[in-house]
Amino acid sequence: MADEAVFLLLHNEMVSGVYKSAEQGEVENGRCITKLENMGFRVGQGLIERFTKDTARFKDELDIMKFVCKDFWTTVFKKQIDNLRTNHQGIYVLQDNKFRLLTQISAGKQYLEHASKYLAFTCGLIRGGLSNLGIKSIVTAEVSSMPACKFQVMIQKL
Amino acid sequence: MSRPAHRKPGYHKTNKDLFVLTYGALVAQLCKDYEKDEDVNKYLDEMGYGVGTRLVEDFLARSCVRRCHSYSEIVNIIAQVAFKMYLGITPNVTCNNSSRNEFSLILDKNPLVEFVEELPTGRSSLCYCNLLCGIIRGALEMVHLAADVTFLQDRLKGDSVTEIGIKFLKKLDKKNIGRKNEK
Repeated sequence: MADEAVFLLLHNEMVSGVYKSAEQGEVENGRCITKLENMGFRVGQGLIERFTKDTARFKDELDIMKFVCKDFWTTVFKKQIDNLRTNHQGIYVLQDNKFRLLTQISAGKQYLEHASKYLAFTCGLIRGGLSNLGIKSIVTAEVSSMPACKFQVMIQKL
Repeated sequence: MSRPAHRKPGYHKTNKDLFVLTYGALVAQLCKDYEKDEDVNKYLDEMGYGVGTRLVEDFLARSCVRRCHSYSEIVNIIAQVAFKMYLGITPNVTCNNSSRNEFSLILDKNPLVEFVEELPTGRSSLCYCNLLCGIIRGALEMVHLAADVTFLQDRLKGDSVTEIGIKFLKKLDKKNIGRKNEK
């Protein structure tokens, strides 16, 4: 079984690798974030397929979001989302007070400017998971004090 | 959540799929970024090196292995403890030469390629799992052992087994400078 440590280290290497190759080229921060987000998207699509193979049909959008916050988050990050808020009009905010990919970076405001690099993959993960459940969305993240962070999901009505 | 100091199997088990799928997405992205297989292989090896130099600490903390006295002991630990801990498999170990510094790990099953049927067209020299070579190399260097680690055979390339070759080079330990015969 792949230990969590390997995934964390691989993720960190991916982040620094993407930025290192950017230094040698012409790419700016935005392109790096997009690359990481796209990788997360692919992984999210694959993961959600495997997780929901045997689960019952979801009743509605809120049901899907709850699934992401509980089962999906627990399987991927070993804990549930701490707080889910919604305006019932397609915007959801998922709050994780101790986000696994940030706990090793800092506890507070140090390195805050780098936090977004470590959240891009997970934003893609959520977007990819939702995409394969039939939901098109835009996912962003914000951090005010590590390791707590919030993921904002904006459902796109087709 | 604090990590327990003693080993608890299954305590921090992440879903294996996450790692395998992430690795797959990474390789796919690298194939997009680099045209030549050698560049992708080199990048994977370097990434693996970065992972290995840190992973070894995690490994030593969890496994409490005692000090090794020979290369074959080390390779056995890599195969039977480390591979088991992180990938859930136990490769077979063979020694390839009489001076006992060249070994092979034969992988029967390889979880990293679980979702890979075959190498993409035009990528016939891609060493899909090259990250593993880098990890082993980085980890060994942190315990003052220099080694060349490469894929000798690869099932994805049509060979019958997947074989990782570990060739120990001179020891980096300061104490042993000048010593000719290392066990």
